[in-house]
Amino acid sequence: MSALAQHSPATPSPALDPTRSFQGLLLTLQRFWAERGCVVLQPYDMEVGAGTFHPATTLRALGPKPWKAAYVQPSRRPKDGRYGENPNRLQHYYQFQVILKPSPPNLQELYLDSLRAIGVDLGLHDVRFVEDDWESPTLGAWGLGWECWCDGMEVSQFTYFQQVAGVECAPVAGELTYGLERLAMYVQGVENVYDLNFNGLDGEDRISYGDVFLQAEQEYSRHNFEHANTEMLFRHFSDAEAECKALLAAGEPAAGANQPRHELALPAYDQCIKASHIFNLLDARGVISVTERQSYILRVRELAKACGAAWLKTAGGGAI
Amino acid sequence: MPDLLLELFSEEIPARMQRKAGEDLKKLVTDALVERGLVYEGAKAFVTPRRLALHVAGLPVRGRDVREERKGPRVGAPEAAVQGFLKAAGLSSLDQATIVSDPKKGDSYVAIIEKPGQETIQAIAEIVPAVIRSFPWPKSMRWGKASAAGASLRWVRPLHSILCTFGAETEDTEIVPFEVDGIVSGNVTYGHRFHAPGPITVKRLDDYVTSLEKAKVVLDADRRKETILTDARNLAFAQGLDLVEDEGLLEEVAGLVEWPVVLMGSFEERFLDIPGEAIRATIRANQKCFVLRDPATGNLTNRFILVSNLVASDGGVAITAGNGRVVRARLSDAAYFWQTDRGSLPDLDTLKDSAGKLGLDLAKPLDQRMAKLDKLGVVFHAKLGTQGERVQRIAALAKELAPIVGADPDKAERAAKLAKADLPTEMVGEFPELQGLMGRKYAELQGEDASVAAAVEEHYKPLGPSDRVPTDPVSVAVALADKLDTLVGFWAIDEKPTGSKDPYALRRAALGVIRLVVENEIRIGLAKFIELAAVPILSAEAEKFFAPSREQVAEVSSMLDQPEMVEAFENSSPMVEGWSDHVFHGVLRIQMQLLEFMHERIETQLKAQNHRYDLVRAVVSTSAVNEALLDEFGGLAEDVAGKLSGQDNPYLITRRVAALGRFLDTEDGKNLLAGYKRAANILKAEEKKDGEGAFAGSPDLHLIADAGLIEEKALAVALAQATPKAEAAVAAEDYEGAMAALAEIRPAVDAFFDKVTVNDPDPAQRANRLKLLNQLRQATRAVADFDRIAG
Repeated sequence: MSALAQHSPATPSPALDPTRSFQGLLLTLQRFWAERGCVVLQPYDMEVGAGTFHPATTLRALGPKPWKAAYVQPSRRPKDGRYGENPNRLQHYYQFQVILKPSPPNLQELYLDSLRAIGVDLGLHDVRFVEDDWESPTLGAWGLGWECWCDGMEVSQFTYFQQVAGVECAPVAGELTYGLERLAMYVQGVENVYDLNFNGLDGEDRISYGDVFLQAEQEYSRHNFEHANTEMLFRHFSDAEAECKALLAAGEPAAGANQPRHELALPAYDQCIKASHIFNLLDARGVISVTERQSYILRVRELAKACGAAWLKTAGGGAI
Repeated sequence: MPDLLLELFSEEIPARMQRKAGEDLKKLVTDALVERGLVYEGAKAFVTPRRLALHVAGLPVRGRDVREERKGPRVGAPEAAVQGFLKAAGLSSLDQATIVSDPKKGDSYVAIIEKPGQETIQAIAEIVPAVIRSFPWPKSMRWGKASAAGASLRWVRPLHSILCTFGAETEDTEIVPFEVDGIVSGNVTYGHRFHAPGPITVKRLDDYVTSLEKAKVVLDADRRKETILTDARNLAFAQGLDLVEDEGLLEEVAGLVEWPVVLMGSFEERFLDIPGEAIRATIRANQKCFVLRDPATGNLTNRFILVSNLVASDGGVAITAGNGRVVRARLSDAAYFWQTDRGSLPDLDTLKDSAGKLGLDLAKPLDQRMAKLDKLGVVFHAKLGTQGERVQRIAALAKELAPIVGADPDKAERAAKLAKADLPTEMVGEFPELQGLMGRKYAELQGEDASVAAAVEEHYKPLGPSDRVPTDPVSVAVALADKLDTLVGFWAIDEKPTGSKDPYALRRAALGVIRLVVENEIRIGLAKFIELAAVPILSAEAEKFFAPSREQVAEVSSMLDQPEMVEAFENSSPMVEGWSDHVFHGVLRIQMQLLEFMHERIETQLKAQNHRYDLVRAVVSTSAVNEALLDEFGGLAEDVAGKLSGQDNPYLITRRVAALGRFLDTEDGKNLLAGYKRAANILKAEEKKDGEGAFAGSPDLHLIADAGLIEEKALAVALAQATPKAEAAVAAEDYEGAMAALAEIRPAVDAFFDKVTVNDPDPAQRANRLKLLNQLRQATRAVADFDRIAG
């Protein structure tokens, strides 16, 4: 008997069981959405505040081309650091992101099926769609939707994108964002995130979320609140902003070009992401006053809008 | 008579929009029906998270027939006119027209057009799609493939199906046929998302409601509310607890479920260390659960009520456990905020400047937060500076106000400096509704004086006409300072409330000042404190207007290599005059406008309490107030308070109004008012002849003594005695005494009018008697302007 056959889908290996293993949960979701036609991507290789920042969502939500993708995205929220002392808050956590463009008519059903797939019994648990309109001031984006509650816990965000990077979405994409740690805590029945079973094994083979991330939470909290060099960060913010603008200008199609395509939309957008993360760090360090805060958000939004406009002039953005 | 049943089935509608959406649907559909002459017997809307439904009962099968006569050309008119007529009237030949004869105009054609009434079902098929396309959702969206095109349907969330039937009670109903963006109307609905997701065929309201009930959907929101409230009370009662009722939360929760199942959960007792208000705020805002109180102590307990949407296979054990876990997580957040807010901030060194400026003690957590608020430069209003600057102004004003309201000036100043310190705390950041309350808790914990801590919370009060007014003098001083600074500030930048627009709640602030002063019986002249509040604001403004020239001057001076010019220029008279003019004119303007506004608010307040608000204008006079203020401005009156004689004090005004009201209810009052009106009318008429002021001055008492009637003498004596008494009483704020003094004149006035002819043929007598009446007018004016009293 081969190793694979020992663990039929009906009785998954504990290492892959979504109700016992953090990685099992992640893999189950990937599989579920892969089976429904999504391209399963890997995390974007930059620091972002949410899965939405991945160009596979922000940029691909724009333009007429159909698109279905799913991926896990490590997300950094420097201000949410709690030195590893809060059982629910992390400055680095995982989001599982699904984007379906155009939004299919049975998106709610698909979402509920995905919960069933990870072991949530919908005859036992109270799942609700509670109004929560989503807005990202830095991305110039908004949409209508809900937070999805499971027994009172927000486990996902469900959004019909209406506008991204200042551009009306046509067609509208549906976005699902699962908070993986929360969901895992829920299905594993754990009260403290650091107690999550990461690999689903027991005894000395067991690896917990704390084993993997507690030290990082402590170190990054120190970094985010106390040590990050603000002078350097201010400089880097300006650099990223300038570079983004420079790339946008350099990639613009030449006047009178046959096929007016933008040639540097993606690299320019990377700089926008960078500026956004640096702003988050500066904000965590408490060196940005309330009035300045608004102006920084506006500066990032201007970059995001310009990148969105550039993207619409590319093949991916549906330019003809 | 047939009924209409309509259901718009969608993805989850936000709870806060549901009730209004039901009302809108009912109004839009029934209005459109009535507009087409389709009168109905009754209509009711229903709403659940997933459906918006409407039942219209007793509609006609079709509208009334309409008979219309269309006049045509005369017989024998040119062919073109005839053709035009036939076309317009929809006739194929003149045979179908009637000929009418008119003795003057001759014979002409008339088309009789008989329009059968429109089938109601057809009307509905036109009305409903139009209502759906233009439905007034506060926020709506596009979705799916159709959203690739510009003008796709918008709804609050994706709309999935439309049920629309029409028919009489005893017959089968028909589907009203229409289509909206690919959604075809039908007679099918769906039950509860998890319990009965399959299709249900519906005929009319009766079976619709019962089928849904079987499919675990309670259609009527009020019934869901009732179930939740009853079950919650019963669960609480069974545990010997009281439900903390909350209508807003109940309404919201009823909009989150189609089949309410009420359960009770619990959390660890250790969380009860967190202030109860914070526990309630987090459980309410984040979990939409109700909290429970111990009836013996009135304190919160470690239980809560949750409302689920599922009859769970385990009786709700997992749901309760899950909700408990989330509540615990939320409470540990709250506990973290509660703990963090009581600890030191990092980077204290960076707060030294702010602490120095505001006189704060950086060893104390709440002082640190205030320093941080100042350091962050949080803007209160773009034209009114930062919160830090505002707190400095309020503290200075509170200190000045303190002695008048009987408060210790140092305590008032300290309380004002801590009043806004909780704004940057974690707890208030998370739950803004806890502002003030958390400040008080943190102030108590760092050992502030009890009055100071109380004032940190109470300075926001009263928040409305029914809110409690603080009585502790320190609270009163800070509350007045806070509100006066707000009012004066917005008047200074000319952002006054207009019509229904009052974004900064200035009416509420003014009413707050009035209630604070009246209910605490404070004899405070507001004019002076408006001035105190206005000077720093106007000075800061003036500096902006006049000080930038410092840089300009510096630039020019350096170019000319004459640095001493800067100082000379700054002290030169145009600069100083510009500055002082701005401030002094500003103070005067704000005093005049704000006192007038206050008088209006006093009237509104009295009106709301069903008191005689018309009497306010009898005891205060805008022109007298303005005159007194102008005198002070011109340096003519040392003592503006004396000249204003209480007209800038809401407490004295309301007392005076009350005394006057009571007096006017007595026989003396009624008769004196009647006598006054008579005197005033006579004077007005005679002044017209002899000129304004013709009867000013004292009457000739010798003439009265020698030739006057006894009643005339009596009135002269009564006036001579009563007038100084009334004036003295008003000056001593003894308004009852002033009224009593006036009452003494009344018999003499009555007798005078009874026996004395004012317009005596002898001009000397006439003038003298009119002078006497003028004195009566003067005497009453010391107390009130009787001209402004109605009746």
